[in-house]
Amino acid sequence: MTATAETVSGSRGSQPPVPDGAVTVTVKIRRFNPEIDDEPRWDSFDIPALPSDRVLNLLHHIKWYVDGTLTFRRSCAHGICGSDAMRINGVNRLACKVLLKDLLEKGDKRTTITIEPIKGLPVNKDLLVDMEPFFEAFRAVKPYLVTYGNEPTRERIQSVADRERFDDTTKCILCACCTTSCPVYWTEGSYFGPAAIVNAHRFIFDSRDEGAEERLDILNDIDGVWRCRTTFNCTDACPRGIQVTKAIQEVKRALLFKRV
Amino acid sequence: MSLALDKPRSPRRPSARRSNGELYSWLFMRLSGLLLVILVLGHLFIMNILDGGIHRINFGFVAGRWASPFWQFWDLAMLWLAQIHGGNGVRTIINDYARKDATRFWLKMLLYVSMVLIISLGTFVIFTFDPNISN
Repeated sequence: MTATAETVSGSRGSQPPVPDGAVTVTVKIRRFNPEIDDEPRWDSFDIPALPSDRVLNLLHHIKWYVDGTLTFRRSCAHGICGSDAMRINGVNRLACKVLLKDLLEKGDKRTTITIEPIKGLPVNKDLLVDMEPFFEAFRAVKPYLVTYGNEPTRERIQSVADRERFDDTTKCILCACCTTSCPVYWTEGSYFGPAAIVNAHRFIFDSRDEGAEERLDILNDIDGVWRCRTTFNCTDACPRGIQVTKAIQEVKRALLFKRV
Repeated sequence: MSLALDKPRSPRRPSARRSNGELYSWLFMRLSGLLLVILVLGHLFIMNILDGGIHRINFGFVAGRWASPFWQFWDLAMLWLAQIHGGNGVRTIINDYARKDATRFWLKMLLYVSMVLIISLGTFVIFTFDPNISN
């Protein structure tokens, strides 16, 4: 891929002045444009950046001032919305939560940061993947309150201890870092994946919810929790620090002893 | 639990429907793994370390061991557990990594046939072993 019809310039014009204390880093991005490329290709950009910058700032710099065709998702840019999950130097991270200073090489060596789309989901363009298979698995575990019988006239009361039981899994922001770090999910897309199990866990262990049995049935399937090989990639990848593998093991235990 | 009559149109709790096959296979791997640690380490200790190790192993040694139902059972348990444990492990690997349904099916068939062959051959030998075969 060399000469193409696309214009290579930033969407916001020429480069701004380089700030004091900036270092030049190489950002190597795995790119794919379905209208031109048959295969994904690697593009490298040398850009100035401050050690206090986030990786997302580097991507912004490229998109705004170097190559406006670079495509990626981001929304809040503060680690809350979960849009900008990507593979940074081989591990799944949110680009808005990784600081450049943590990636800088020691000494005078030039830093190269490798950025790829998250693995296991179809790539639409550059770093933008089709999240639909991920959300399909999420919806399949009924991630909403399920109750039977009459609705109470007042709110559903819950003790502090009962709330604590599933507190960890309420933190999920559905960024897909965990599911797309799972080697089982890479090769077998029918596996529910860690994120779906985490969100099932959030309701299975909720004392107000009555759908635990249904969800446990769904996760008892060949594509459910028994597919987990406890490689802990998901726990390592989670930008919210959720103990994902532990949550999966808790669902296994609930199935094994038929007790929530 | 409240009666369904309380609210006639409220959704009824569906009953459990899926099989527990994957659960039992997962559980089997844990239990057989524990047993195999004892059986295999014991086997290795007796065969390789105790009383001069492999140097004393000959036809007579094997014949002497299999004269006792205890060692017959030990070896039988080891054979069956190791085959089913290993076979189940390979089955999960095939499930994880085979991309096409046809590949998955034929790999699993190959696996099951080899498992059945080795288990039957081993069992046959353990039970029909004739110590006087050389005479």
